[in-house]
Amino acid sequence: MQRNEIADHLAQVGYVADSQLAMALWLMERLQRPLLLEGAAGVGKTEVAKALAQIHDTRLIRLQCYEGLDANAAIYEWNYQRQLLAIKAREGRGESAEAVEKHIFSEEFLLERPLLAAIRQEKPAVLLIDEIDRADEEFEAFLLEILSDYQISIPELGTVHALSIPLVVLTSNGTRELSDALRRRCLYHFVDYPTEDKEARILTTRLPKIDSTLALQIAAFVAAVRKEDLRKVPGVAETLDWAAALVGLEVRDLATEPKVVQDTLLCLLKTQEDRLALAPEVTQRLLGKVA
Amino acid sequence: MAAAHTPEALAPEALSPLAGAQLRGRLSAFLNLLRENGFLVGLEDASDCLRFAAMADLARPAALRAGLRCICCTRQADWQRFDELFDAYWLRRGIKGLLRVSGTPPKGRGARKLSEAGAPGGSLGAPDRVSREGEEAAGNPADRQGKRAGASSSESLAQADFRHLVSAEELQRVHDLADRLARRMRHRLSRRERQRRRGRRLDLRRTIHRSIGRGGLPIDLAWRRRRDKPLRLVVVLDASGSMSQYSAFFVRFIHGVLDRFREAEAFVFHTRLIHVSPALRERNATRAVERLSLIAQGWSGGTRIGESLAGFNRQHAARVVHGRSVVMIVSDGYDTGAPELLGREMAALRRRTRRIVWLNPMIGWQDYEPTAAGMQAALPYVDLFAPAHNLQSLEALAPYLERV
Repeated sequence: MQRNEIADHLAQVGYVADSQLAMALWLMERLQRPLLLEGAAGVGKTEVAKALAQIHDTRLIRLQCYEGLDANAAIYEWNYQRQLLAIKAREGRGESAEAVEKHIFSEEFLLERPLLAAIRQEKPAVLLIDEIDRADEEFEAFLLEILSDYQISIPELGTVHALSIPLVVLTSNGTRELSDALRRRCLYHFVDYPTEDKEARILTTRLPKIDSTLALQIAAFVAAVRKEDLRKVPGVAETLDWAAALVGLEVRDLATEPKVVQDTLLCLLKTQEDRLALAPEVTQRLLGKVA
Repeated sequence: MAAAHTPEALAPEALSPLAGAQLRGRLSAFLNLLRENGFLVGLEDASDCLRFAAMADLARPAALRAGLRCICCTRQADWQRFDELFDAYWLRRGIKGLLRVSGTPPKGRGARKLSEAGAPGGSLGAPDRVSREGEEAAGNPADRQGKRAGASSSESLAQADFRHLVSAEELQRVHDLADRLARRMRHRLSRRERQRRRGRRLDLRRTIHRSIGRGGLPIDLAWRRRRDKPLRLVVVLDASGSMSQYSAFFVRFIHGVLDRFREAEAFVFHTRLIHVSPALRERNATRAVERLSLIAQGWSGGTRIGESLAGFNRQHAARVVHGRSVVMIVSDGYDTGAPELLGREMAALRRRTRRIVWLNPMIGWQDYEPTAAGMQAALPYVDLFAPAHNLQSLEALAPYLERV
């Protein structure tokens, strides 16, 4: 896929990308390096991986990280129940312990987890390692090893080599500082809140029914809300929810319906403090700027 | 975002005539410039940049900019600096600014100057020298306690108020004691972790291995232990004028903490907040302490605890503070900002951390009551409000931290 086509393809699957992101996606494919996406929660980092899988028409394999994530949950696990049954079933046959062991630690009893699954795809998959900053440092070191060799060694089976090198997308919200080693390994892209113009385009792409002036108004209003001192700044997903609600309520112009705007703000603001901070007067002031 | 900065027309000396060896030369010089500015550009990045240059159509600088940015940046700060450096190098724009930023002062030069001028700790403590001589006879806590204990010189030193330690030699000994204390605190913490985390889980893989010979009966069980995790200590030090007599000591203490704790972060504030851990990750204690002393000295004016904490909550807390963190604020609580702001930010911080310890050197003074409005606003959110005017009071913290 050529670099200039990537943005168009992304737009076709409903993701509005700038040229910098298109370059990042093109490079990760050419250089076969993972891409680290950083940015605040709700700016659409995960969506990048989903859109990437769609434009390549390939599988999206997702590994959601959390504190305490270990190799068993990330790479592979043995199917213990079946192993126990198999041992029982072979009990009467007088096989040697070695033979039984060889049998129950074979491919047949292996449960793939995301990392193993990703390197065993015939067609390169998109591997999304979501919120890597939530996993602990030990796991990060481990991941680094896999991301540089693309092979996994299973003590009982031997080394599994990659059938195809996946396109790896890592996302981070910055809840923990990532190691320099991992950062060095990855290409980097910082995802910022979209500009008003871009957010309006996202709205019109995702909500075909929306009126383009309303989309611009919503984008401008949300941009103003983001400048307020809030605990949880609304992300793109919140904007989409809110816009969908306004479209559903058949709002045509934000300025004429301050009551509806105030009542639907719960789509944007997810904490009590923020709801209180955006009192009707504040909303009115922001609407005044927008309309 | 790249488009915003880049004119499609090229500066005459820019990219188009470059090819082959010439381009390689300019690229590697650019990578060196990035390295000098703190970018992590490794060999792999360098070779990838060349591969990229060979693959891409570089007629437009926008493409070169986007590609190099993607390969060479590793963090948000790099991402935001990149345009400035790129413009300066490739498009010869804003050269003056570049000279200033790229010519990062060689590490420690300023510090060396300081040490020639005299011990940094000494210079911080110096204004107190006169008052010390005058107070000899006055019943200050250090003297009183010193008489009661009346034991070895190290013991009396442990009880001496930090304000009254002046000579470089005395300070050095205090520093050593603080260093030892930091060590003890960490050891206790990690041992506690190991003992408490007894929760064990079955290791199914090994259990099955062992049970093969017994027809799958899991007689011989294998167990797994949870890895123990150390607490993270986040120290936030007030380096304002009213605390200046204590900052020399706490600077040393913070260095000990950063050096000895596996997970620790340090911040210094005055009218604004500075993250000092990176500057202090320096094995050479004297150099690190000198560097921090410079930071702590550099400011003057009122203390803005509330604003500094707000900055901490907004910029650093998400990354630095988690459920296993103890935040240790060292301040006398004299805030020139609004107490309401301080209260609000303390509440926000409280939600994120495990414990908040507030060390106030003033508690060691006679008849001290925490009446400062800022202190009053902060107290409801503080788990432990303790004195920190001498080493003894700091040592007394260890049992508390063990139980956290």
